[in-house]
Amino acid sequence: MAALLEAGVPGSVVTSTDEWVEVRPERLVDALRWLHDDPEMDAAQLSNMCGVDRYDHFEVVYHLQSLDQNHQIVVKARLHDHEAASVPSSYPVYTGALLQEREVYDLMGIRFEGHPDLRRMFLWEGYPGFPLRKDFLQISADHHPGLPHFPFETGEQER
Amino acid sequence: MTTASEPYVLNIGPQHPSTHGVFRLRVVMDGERIQDIDMVVGYLHRSMEKLAEERTYTQNIPFTDRTDYLAAMSNNLGYCLAVERLAGVEVPERASYLRVIFAELQRLASHSMANGTFINDAGAWQTPLMYMFREREKILDLFEMTCGARLTTNYMRIGGVAFDPPPEFYPAIESLIAEMPTRIAEYTELLVDNEILIARARGIGVLTAAEAINGSITGPMLRASGVPWDLRKAEPYCAYDQFDFEIPVGHTGDCYDRFMVRLEEMRQSVRIIRQALDGLPSGPHKTEIPLALRPAPGEAYARVEGPRGELGFYVVSDGGPAPARFHIRAPSLINLSLLRQMAVGAALPDAIVTLGSTDIVVGEIDR
Repeated sequence: MAALLEAGVPGSVVTSTDEWVEVRPERLVDALRWLHDDPEMDAAQLSNMCGVDRYDHFEVVYHLQSLDQNHQIVVKARLHDHEAASVPSSYPVYTGALLQEREVYDLMGIRFEGHPDLRRMFLWEGYPGFPLRKDFLQISADHHPGLPHFPFETGEQER
Repeated sequence: MTTASEPYVLNIGPQHPSTHGVFRLRVVMDGERIQDIDMVVGYLHRSMEKLAEERTYTQNIPFTDRTDYLAAMSNNLGYCLAVERLAGVEVPERASYLRVIFAELQRLASHSMANGTFINDAGAWQTPLMYMFREREKILDLFEMTCGARLTTNYMRIGGVAFDPPPEFYPAIESLIAEMPTRIAEYTELLVDNEILIARARGIGVLTAAEAINGSITGPMLRASGVPWDLRKAEPYCAYDQFDFEIPVGHTGDCYDRFMVRLEEMRQSVRIIRQALDGLPSGPHKTEIPLALRPAPGEAYARVEGPRGELGFYVVSDGGPAPARFHIRAPSLINLSLLRQMAVGAALPDAIVTLGSTDIVVGEIDR
């Protein structure tokens, strides 16, 4: 599978095992599009995607499903930039990525470049940090997650 | 004379009967037509995926009940299958059969609820819902006599199920599945040709097969669009390959087809339960596993056909007693990916019916 993908999208595959294939983040969308369009691969549906914090890098894992051939393809991309982790959005290939990418951004802090509506989803804009990162609980003790005051109060109000 | 109109914003929810939980829709309306729709979620976010990283594999099972609290058994099952795949645990055959029986009972209960609330949204206030609650109560009684809980069952275990059903379980389930076909026929008679339901649901919220596949839609919604895709057939888990059942599909992919697919799936579930009860093997109902299971480093993705769609669990192990990463593929959330496409241009009451037909459970959306 990895050899076919490398032939179809040159320079995309980094490494592969029997279970998954890792692609270069900058070639990710090309690889997904090729897997989607190729009749043998027929990755018609983005079944699942999630981010994994591996301590020294992030992984974005795509589970692609072929409904006609009934097989699953697992594609991974590794991101080494902890501060500005970003990967191209797969939304142009799979509309089903709309909410899944927002979820990964919200909880893991991975930006999806080109996503039409990349906002926090479960948490609010301005929430400090990204909870599913492994270093989330190392946020300094005086920094409590949550709003500093009730939304209807002004900051300067005396009690 | 022309009248000028300007768009206005309407908030539906967070507390609203048709959102089935704490879920908010922010709708931009132009008169009665929807110009834009946006969902605001997170009111029930309990950060289960993070909490799971601090707890052992067995301690995480009760969390999975509380994601989709209308289908706790299916969630238990999906999670246990993922950990079993990760750790290479074998499941006794009796446990597989019991899992099938309880997962299908759960599907009956969940589809009763889904169809009842859908009809509720379409305007038949409460009466059909109460009919369907009648059967759901009996299913929850079966859960209660087996594992002591009605909703958050915590019944499946890694390597099997927690308890063998007690002796009084068998006559109760026999009478239930003898009664179910009559009840489903009753719903069919009451609702399927109902003029109001057809007027409210036919041609509303249509998704074509290609749109649904590309939009990651799964479960009854995908099948209503005419795609015969069911993980119980495509990737049989537990003992599903030994049972004879059919995959109902719709033709147009509208709200009415989704309702019909769910109704027909209830019939098929009864068939599966009948076969599983007849073939229920004797033997142990669970294998012993270490209390603090430490699977070898690796990852596993297991999925089941939950009542709402593909219910997947992605578990990553780093060799420790707790998962390094625990991700739930929540069909309720992902089935909303195309909400904008289904609702924009429709009238407000149609959007409510569309939302009802997607059958969301907010606990699962937010996790």
